[in-house]
Amino acid sequence: MSEMEIKSLEERFNQRIANDEKIEAKDWMPEKYRKTHIRQISQHAHSEIVGMLPEGNWITRCPTLRRKVALLAKVQDEGGHGLYLYSAAETLGISREELIEQLLSGEAKYSSIFNYPALTWADMGAIGWLVDGAAIMNQVALINTSYGPYSRAMIRICKEESFHQRQGYEIMMALMNGTQDQRDMAQDALNRWWWPSLMMFGPRDAESPNTEQSMRWKLKRKTNDELRQAFVDQTVPQAELIGLRIPDDKLKWNEDRKHYDFGDIDWEEFWQVVNGHGPCNKQRLEARRKAHEEGAWVRDAAMAYAEKQSNKPLRVAV
Amino acid sequence: MSKALIQYICTVADNNLILGQRLGELCGHGPNIETDIALTNIGLDLFGQVRSYFQYAAKLEGGNSSEDTFAFLRKENEYKNVLLVEQPNTDFAYTILRQFLYDVYHIRFMEHLQQSNDETLAAIAAKGVKEVAYHARFSADWVRRLGDGTKESHRRAQQALDDLYTYTDELFHHNESELNLVNEGIAVNTAQFKSDYYQTIHAVFSEATLQVPDQKYFLKGGKKGIHSEHMGYILTEMQYMQRTYPNMQW
Repeated sequence: MSEMEIKSLEERFNQRIANDEKIEAKDWMPEKYRKTHIRQISQHAHSEIVGMLPEGNWITRCPTLRRKVALLAKVQDEGGHGLYLYSAAETLGISREELIEQLLSGEAKYSSIFNYPALTWADMGAIGWLVDGAAIMNQVALINTSYGPYSRAMIRICKEESFHQRQGYEIMMALMNGTQDQRDMAQDALNRWWWPSLMMFGPRDAESPNTEQSMRWKLKRKTNDELRQAFVDQTVPQAELIGLRIPDDKLKWNEDRKHYDFGDIDWEEFWQVVNGHGPCNKQRLEARRKAHEEGAWVRDAAMAYAEKQSNKPLRVAV
Repeated sequence: MSKALIQYICTVADNNLILGQRLGELCGHGPNIETDIALTNIGLDLFGQVRSYFQYAAKLEGGNSSEDTFAFLRKENEYKNVLLVEQPNTDFAYTILRQFLYDVYHIRFMEHLQQSNDETLAAIAAKGVKEVAYHARFSADWVRRLGDGTKESHRRAQQALDDLYTYTDELFHHNESELNLVNEGIAVNTAQFKSDYYQTIHAVFSEATLQVPDQKYFLKGGKKGIHSEHMGYILTEMQYMQRTYPNMQW
């Protein structure tokens, strides 16, 4: 293809995005668009899969049967989201195996929030309320993103995430209506998860190099700082309503801005965790590697069996 | 009569509870996402049934009892699950074989429980039977894949079968109070489908190219409250919150 032809394709492509048309898997797209989408969608998929671990850690210890069933269902939803998103990424011409390889080798990133430990039952509340709450902020904006398969995945995922967020808040509410021990447990969880949740929106706009291009492709509809502010504004009243204190002495309603002012994020901690040195980075990846390696013989067996099946009679009913 | 019925409900529900607990340990650690989701789903079904059983038992018992006092606040020897379901997730072959040996029993059990003179138990079974039919299809498919897959998967599946087969006979044991409930048409007479159970599992093993172990001795105890050494650890984890923070609402 000549340079002229590519240029004209690219112009048409940009025009379609500007017109809010969806780009589909078989449509022409610039190589950078494809690569950026593979990176973002697979990061999102990896986050869902690694995100199963901190909550999965509490399934065997839930305080009641009702909570156990709800938590199992939630973690299962996350697995479903991962599956869905890997499939969306595969439409861009990469296999799930390659994507998982990138995760296990450390080449691909996943959301840093899952590198923090889930220490008490209240963490199940805080993760649902804050982590899923922050994730929704990011994801609702992506419902209108330009790449069709990703946009459609987001519609479905957001519905479930918003259910998870309410479920998490409801766990916190039950704790705050309980005994002093339970209220302390809830406050302690908020203290530990608040700042990492704010870090989920990524670096400050000034330090976020991909923002401008991503905004043009509608892969980002609001900047990191805008989303972070919206999350703080939404969450502070929810905390106050049930008697929780946000662990930030500088937090204050600003009447002029009509937003909350809040304290400084510890960016050193942010980069430490992003670069692989958080409290659980090692154990999360180790758990994924272990599952993958120990599952290899199972996946091989399934393939070998499928190959043998083509000429066999029907099977016994159980 | 009510006491015997409560006891019976526990022997039925505890199998699901402890197997569900074992499956819960695996959530997020499966060999691929599909099997991870499927095993979690089976665990969810089992816990859903447990809630119905224990809600009924709590209603019969009255007082301060609830589904959670039954699930979390009994002593080890008061749990009446069979030894099979408390066996560990040694590897995926053990998980699947344990599931299969239970599912083929469970589906037949639920089909019969649907005919119980006790309306609540019959209703729980009518709802659960569809779920359990799926569990049995899933585990039987995987027994075939593992048995007739690769050399390595065959070896592991055979090992799991050899180790777990000894726990199958206990599924069909009845104690005296259960036999009274069988006579009243409330409890399931499992002897009715014992030979069908063994014929079915043997047929699947044959398809899966697995050898049925030449078993002369079978292990038992769980149904009488005498468990394996695994049970204490299962309960320690499961009961942790209720024991550490007693009498609280969650």
